[in-house]
Amino acid sequence: MKGANSNKKPVHKKILQCWQLYVMLLPAVLYFVLFKYLPMAGVQIAFRDYRAVDGIWGSEWVGLKHFERFINSIQFETLISNTLRISVTNLIVGFPLPIMLAILLNETRSPKLKKVVQNITYAPHFISTVVLVGMVNMFLSPSSGLINHIIEAFGGEAVNFLAKEEAFLPTYIISGQWQNLGWNAIIYVAALANVDTTLYDAAKVDGANRFHKIWYIDLPAIMPTAVLLLIMNSGNILNVGYEKTYLMQNSLNTTVSEIISTYVYKVGLIHAKYSYTAAIGLFNSVINVTVLIIVNKIAKKFSDTSLF
Amino acid sequence: MVEKKRKKYTAVDWYITILVALIGLIIAYPLFFVVIASISDPNLVNSGQVWLFPKGIHFDGYKMVLMDKDVMLGYRNSIIYTVVGTFCNVFCTVMAGYALSRKDLFGRKFFNWFIAIPMWFSGGLIPTYLTVDSLGLVNKPVVLILLTLVSSYNIIICRSFMSSLPYELQESAKIDGASDFQILRQIILPLSGGTIAVLCLYYGVAHWNSYFNPMIYLNNRDFLPLQVFLREYLLLDQRLDVMETTDAEAIMALQQMAQVMKYSLIVVASVPFLVLYPMLQKYFAKGIMIGAVKG
Repeated sequence: MKGANSNKKPVHKKILQCWQLYVMLLPAVLYFVLFKYLPMAGVQIAFRDYRAVDGIWGSEWVGLKHFERFINSIQFETLISNTLRISVTNLIVGFPLPIMLAILLNETRSPKLKKVVQNITYAPHFISTVVLVGMVNMFLSPSSGLINHIIEAFGGEAVNFLAKEEAFLPTYIISGQWQNLGWNAIIYVAALANVDTTLYDAAKVDGANRFHKIWYIDLPAIMPTAVLLLIMNSGNILNVGYEKTYLMQNSLNTTVSEIISTYVYKVGLIHAKYSYTAAIGLFNSVINVTVLIIVNKIAKKFSDTSLF
Repeated sequence: MVEKKRKKYTAVDWYITILVALIGLIIAYPLFFVVIASISDPNLVNSGQVWLFPKGIHFDGYKMVLMDKDVMLGYRNSIIYTVVGTFCNVFCTVMAGYALSRKDLFGRKFFNWFIAIPMWFSGGLIPTYLTVDSLGLVNKPVVLILLTLVSSYNIIICRSFMSSLPYELQESAKIDGASDFQILRQIILPLSGGTIAVLCLYYGVAHWNSYFNPMIYLNNRDFLPLQVFLREYLLLDQRLDVMETTDAEAIMALQQMAQVMKYSLIVVASVPFLVLYPMLQKYFAKGIMIGAVKG
């Protein structure tokens, strides 16, 4: 009854009634308008030849010129393949590992050990990218680095990882897992903690072993979370962590480490080619959103979980 | 209590225990190594003789770091950005989160989409830069606070938590004539301690760790936060390592010292977090779980 009543109120009354809530929303709304939606409108410079004097709305319209130039440029293939190589590897490695860690932690008999290990594995998440890359460089240093000392202790020869192209990707992935594995596992640990324990007891009565328990109870319990995260991550397929990549770049590895976002930064901001790089950025965003929508559709079809 | 003793550890239990402990050790060791290296003799660190305990203990690295003008300037700036920024972040996020949690907010659906869309689509670096520039904010320190004023994700965390609070309390307060601001302050806030702690943690860490925005938007060195200086010390002189093979002893000694200073620098830069970590860790899992609730 009540709901029907409030629906009959005229719109202006409904709006007036919650003016205080609008005041509360105001700072956030202003923020999104100024720093998110205005830049979205500014994306149109990708279709224009931006000149500072003419501004975003007044510069000459050139259509798809910048997109064509990018797709035909020599960097196009390198940038796309570098970006995809990093992000797909990251997804393939980074998706199952936290699930495995969570299951391992869940199977740990000692609650104390579980807690200590959890807290240790969270800690690196809070280290800044600058410090992380600094540590990576120090540890991999051919003359004084920890890793090379370990290699030498086992009778191997020191390797200059920082100068090796093929070492870039493993370094990127391993340091990333070191930093975020524990943090990414939290959500699965929590999902496993919510599993109804009577299910385990029932399974035991039915003669299930540990593997059965994990396969038939634990995995289904974390499935919805896993699918949701997979959708969200796939929507970032071309958004490789540019902060870290940029910091990890040196003159010896740019052939494999130059990705779309670092290229946009260098050519766009440092060399002020605004329109061209805005077009590259838009190309990037459009692919991301497309992948997100496709994966979301697929997930909706094959499981009940979807983002929207 | 009784259950604890009921079953003996099987072989698989032991494998799992050992594996989990090993994972913990592997993840902890790099951090541990940085700490012991920072107080050890640089020669011993660089020649690989420091493994489990500091050797040739001294605090020269810390002295150099604490006497360094840039580091101290950056430290001061970072504290200001983090404290002021986090306060503004949490203030705006809580208000927005609360407003969106109210089912009687007219246009709620619209605002939810309005806030969610920027998570998936953004104008990108260049249009954002040009917008900030046209607003006259380039090289103004306040840009670091405004540019990350609220995050969609954190508003959603806050909204989900506040929607889970019983509405009856608020309704009866409303009948008693309380304004929405009073309800937020007197009923909702006292119940939201954990969520606010999580928001402080997320926003605070983001401010403390950010280097990209300050690097792009600020060019006056007096305004720069610690991370930008850290980058100069930790990463940019890295090329020095490769180039300087003119084997002068003085350069060697200097380089070794610089190496130890790096370890000390990492520790000093992480101190605020090391202090806060034990206090905040109980909220981590909770915060993430609230965020996981579908918006």
